[in-house]
Amino acid sequence: MNLAVRDIRHNAGRFVLTTLGIGLLLMIVMGMGGIYRGLIHEAILLVDRIDADVWIVQGGTRGPFAEISRVPVTLEDRAGAVPGVAWARRFVSHTVQREHQGRPLRMVVQGLAWPEDKGEWIPLTAGRPLRQAHFEMIADRSLGLALGDQLNLGRDRYTVVGLTRGLVGTGGDGLAFFTATDAMAIQFEVPGDALRLERAARRERVASQDLGQVLPLLLDRASGLERDIPSLSPPQISAVLLKLRPGVETQDIIETLSAWPDVTAYSTDQQKQLLLGGMVDRSRRQLGMFRVLLILISTIIMALILYTLTLDKLHDIAMLKLMGARHGVIVGLILQQALLMGALGYSLAWWLGQYAFPMFPRLVIIEARDLLILGAIVLAISVLASLLGIAKAMQVEPNKILAG
Amino acid sequence: MNALAIHAPAILAESLTKTYGSGNTEVVAMRDVTLQVQRGEVVALLGPSGAGKSTLLTAIGLINPPTSGRVHLGGQLVLDGPHALMDLRAFRRKHLGFIFQRANLIPFLSALENVQVAMEINDVTPRAAKHRAHELLDYLGVGDRARHLPEELSGGQQQRVAVARALANEPGLILADEPTAALDSQRGRQVMELFAKVARERHAAVLVVTHDHRALDVFDRTLEMEDGRLRESAPSSTSSSTQT
Repeated sequence: MNLAVRDIRHNAGRFVLTTLGIGLLLMIVMGMGGIYRGLIHEAILLVDRIDADVWIVQGGTRGPFAEISRVPVTLEDRAGAVPGVAWARRFVSHTVQREHQGRPLRMVVQGLAWPEDKGEWIPLTAGRPLRQAHFEMIADRSLGLALGDQLNLGRDRYTVVGLTRGLVGTGGDGLAFFTATDAMAIQFEVPGDALRLERAARRERVASQDLGQVLPLLLDRASGLERDIPSLSPPQISAVLLKLRPGVETQDIIETLSAWPDVTAYSTDQQKQLLLGGMVDRSRRQLGMFRVLLILISTIIMALILYTLTLDKLHDIAMLKLMGARHGVIVGLILQQALLMGALGYSLAWWLGQYAFPMFPRLVIIEARDLLILGAIVLAISVLASLLGIAKAMQVEPNKILAG
Repeated sequence: MNALAIHAPAILAESLTKTYGSGNTEVVAMRDVTLQVQRGEVVALLGPSGAGKSTLLTAIGLINPPTSGRVHLGGQLVLDGPHALMDLRAFRRKHLGFIFQRANLIPFLSALENVQVAMEINDVTPRAAKHRAHELLDYLGVGDRARHLPEELSGGQQQRVAVARALANEPGLILADEPTAALDSQRGRQVMELFAKVARERHAAVLVVTHDHRALDVFDRTLEMEDGRLRESAPSSTSSSTQT
């Protein structure tokens, strides 16, 4: 006869409510583990998909994801000329927040090196890759855009021609792919008034110098377009990606590039480590702290309820002892309740998670290994939580039954 | 007793003394009590509150050992003063049955399960325990209430289930502490007659602490305690009791 189950049946309301609470807490613990996995997945997703061998970024920086990196467009040609490099492509990535149909739209703008890269490697769930050098985009579904939707970014209007699913940046914002030229135009788009003010300021600076006063043509140039002024650099890109020829060692190319004073080169693995070690690690520790706290809270709640359930049964436990019940019968009664509470709470957490996690704004990935580890933790806290009740039950003397 | 010497007295208590506290605060609850009860005998233990009846009962029941004296149960020396000479819990499980003023049924178990659990604790298989629990409840006239929880039973029915539980492992000795105090006189008498029936039919010794003088005719012998001392108030030809 299972005394634990019969007692639970008798105290069903209290047991169900406690198990529900434990289940919800464990669901959050499970979800936080899933969010961490999601963070890692999202952080390295793009690096994995792009499949480059070497990332060249601004010298001394850990860009382009962990921090801002700016390199000149011409770096693409310099790097492409290095022996052993199969191809070099510019990489543009920045986050923008604009308004679309009255709601804020935050996206990571990714530039594809048109015409070499039209986005054929992007896993599309609908639509097609880019076919034009301008005004087309591929958007992730998390942005809430549909095929054919048109989006105003800067002074231009872009049409969604392809859709992806689950492609988000390290911050969880959906990715949007444009040609690199369009991506730069979006990034460096400046309002007309700002341009006019900038030109007036340039003219003023030149006019105040002797050179400007002797060369009136210089004044005209300073008031004109940026691209007509040789001394001003063109818009810059975030990084240059290299794909190496078969048989070429990544480390050899990185050593070659280390001689270039203006850039820093990373392998793909190093790039992932930068992401995980920097941006994700702090989140991981934060989530880890929350998980530890929630597990502690779950343990305390379980211990408390098992203790009160035991207190309610002290008279019955005394009776069982009087009848000669072995310690195992008493310990089993409390321990089985703890294990049942833990197991049901855990199952409930998993079941609820199936419905709740897809609704989370960030990707939640529940891995079998994490489930097993959490299961072991729940087992441990169930045993731990029962100790208080067991200790109390062991102190009960059979003659307590005489107390009435 | 079921596995003990059949001809030995069910209870042989020798010079039992129980004191609480020490020095100026010392209280003697039981003084040099000697008692013998045979199998099949139903003995009443009378006395005012604080006379030491429950102290004697719990000493014999191995739940509150005496300060000095010896307790033999079924011919086995079980307690020598406060020292247990065997596993008391196992001994209680196999050879003793208890009934109290309150039925003390486990509230989350049905009447049947309350009887059944006593046997399962004693390593009887669940199937056999269930079968015997049904038999006992039928024997005590509460078979039709087997599936009910204690809260759904009347006081008399609960006490009958408690008796069934006490009989479950066919103990050689049943100890009852004011088992009829919570019952009306009619039901109280029924319970006392039940003890007599059990003692005779199942050859168990029954020692009952009671205040109820109306059903004393049911008992083979009546003992009285006062100020921790025991004396026999109704001599019997079948057994002996000694007051020292």
